[in-house]
Amino acid sequence: MNVHEYQAAELLAKHGVPVNPGKVATTPDEAEQIAREFGGTVVVKAQVHTGGRGKAGGVKVVKSPEEARSAAEAILGMDIKGHTVNKVLVAQGADIAREFYLSIVMNRPARKIMVMASAEGGVEIETVAEESPEKIVQRDADPMVGLRDYQAKEVAFALGLEPTLVNGFGKIVHQLYETFIEEDATLVEINPLIITGAGEWQALDAKMSFDDNALYRKPEIEALRDMAEENETEIEAKQSGISFVKLDGNIGCIVNGAGLSMATLDAVQLAGGEPANFLDVGGGANEEQVTKAFNLVLADPNVKAILINIYGGITRGDVVARGIVAAMKNVDVKVPLVVRLSGTNAEEGKALLAEQGITAGDSMDEAAAQVVAAAGK
Amino acid sequence: MSILVGNDTRLLVQGITGREGSFHTQQMVEYGTNVVAGVTPGKAGQEVHGVPVFNTVEDAVRETGANASVIYVPARFSVDAIYEAVDNGIEVVVCITEGVPVNDMVPVYHHVKQKGAVLIGPNCPGVTSPGQAKVGIIPGFIHEPGRVGVVSRSGTLTYEVVDALTKAGLGQSTVVGIGGDPIIGTSFTDVLEMFQNDPDTDAIVMIGEIGGDDEERAAAFIKENVTKPMAGFIAGRTAPEGKRMGHAGAIISGGAGTAQGKIEALEAAGVAVASRMSEIPALLQAKMNA
Repeated sequence: MNVHEYQAAELLAKHGVPVNPGKVATTPDEAEQIAREFGGTVVVKAQVHTGGRGKAGGVKVVKSPEEARSAAEAILGMDIKGHTVNKVLVAQGADIAREFYLSIVMNRPARKIMVMASAEGGVEIETVAEESPEKIVQRDADPMVGLRDYQAKEVAFALGLEPTLVNGFGKIVHQLYETFIEEDATLVEINPLIITGAGEWQALDAKMSFDDNALYRKPEIEALRDMAEENETEIEAKQSGISFVKLDGNIGCIVNGAGLSMATLDAVQLAGGEPANFLDVGGGANEEQVTKAFNLVLADPNVKAILINIYGGITRGDVVARGIVAAMKNVDVKVPLVVRLSGTNAEEGKALLAEQGITAGDSMDEAAAQVVAAAGK
Repeated sequence: MSILVGNDTRLLVQGITGREGSFHTQQMVEYGTNVVAGVTPGKAGQEVHGVPVFNTVEDAVRETGANASVIYVPARFSVDAIYEAVDNGIEVVVCITEGVPVNDMVPVYHHVKQKGAVLIGPNCPGVTSPGQAKVGIIPGFIHEPGRVGVVSRSGTLTYEVVDALTKAGLGQSTVVGIGGDPIIGTSFTDVLEMFQNDPDTDAIVMIGEIGGDDEERAAAFIKENVTKPMAGFIAGRTAPEGKRMGHAGAIISGGAGTAQGKIEALEAAGVAVASRMSEIPALLQAKMNA
């Protein structure tokens, strides 16, 4: 789960990180008011769950409350990479002397949590990694003892910080690490972390992502979820134990298992079609789950045909077939349906489907070709 | 011979009295696995499909000499179950449970290594050595004893490929589902090394998917160390960037973890990579005959 910059900044502040002062506005009036409170230069920043805000015109530096108002007018309602801006952060203008990048993230190959930093602040870390990987400094936290002070110091010196700045930097590294652990984050990032003209550290931006699997024990993080940023269908699916990802094609897919779902989308594309979605029905393809799956897939008006691909492992083919038949009584499926049923009791399942006039095949490749042909009609 | 589990496996089921635990205990017993004990705190003295239940792993190991365990407990208790197993001397721990918080896996991953034990999973379908032992949830009937080793991140794709291999007359030495989470106890490379060293495995099938770089690391290992013929498949060629495809670990981020990158790495290491699952048996057979 992702949160907005202003929410991440509040969490960092809670853990003691010096954060650039700012307040959220949902109207130009509020933006003007906040700018007046701060006085002087402010930055009006679009709050959306995507990068590239600056390039899209979603970040404006302004010098007066009136300008803040017109900036907010321009940014609110703006579309940035498919995300509508509903909120802006009005932040106090900062006197930037130097900029850095600092994050805590999982080092997946090492199975350790690491601190990552670079002196190229304000630049996306992926860009730095590509163009000048030697500028990235990283240290893994020991999984048993955590991050040590000397490691934060090593990072600080590697970034070229003067001795007087090392302790202040190290403190922020620790606060970030603590935030990562205590909030069950998968990413905590400050870009840029700055030193002001007065020599103070300040986070000018904040980004955090969280582990969905840990949200059960973090209701206060779950409460930060912005439903306007989520795909309604994906959320609805999740509540039913279904994994659903909306895609751009016209072939609806209903599959059991994440790996088989991915392989099914690949098969559809190899057959010359474009999948409309990823869908793993999860625990058992019974009447209830298949009904929900049909509803999810058919909510997309682009869908011209549906492919159901089930490999019966523990789930028996005849049970799946009964589920499909019952679900078709609950849902009016007007588009062509192609079923591939293999594995446990597949023959019994196919016979049950045949009684209802649904032909089911055994081969995933053939089913993919059939559904592509059906969608093209 | 086989890897990880076999005729000498004395299996303990953690969470044996739950719905999943009980159902799969029956399946494993029927397959012929030597299931010696189950654990559910507070349920000692009961029996599940003829298997005695204990309160703790300590009791179960002392009374039955269990040397492997399979975990069916809910996600929030799974990490503790892994600690309990390895701290009591269990050598091979298979964690089926999906939804374990990833940060919790970091210390336990290193703890297991320190104890010299092997953790498979979490979020995996388990391990089967056909004709000897089935540990987990892979349907038993699809297997056929033989000499092909199978390793996969996905459950259903494991079933697909094993079924296809069996139908093509290619039996399996051991089938390992390593799991779909970002941090899992045993990587492709670990399993490939075991298969390379297993005298009863002649060829290997590897099924990967998008996300992370475990397949790329495996490719580097294969190039240097694996002499046995290999075929593979990578799921997720059509997956968009930044979207989690069902598995917690199946995500392309910052242009890394794509199917294309993994396919190229494996092909460069001499693995025959299929574009369709159905092509795997023929590709493997061709490699074996070459």
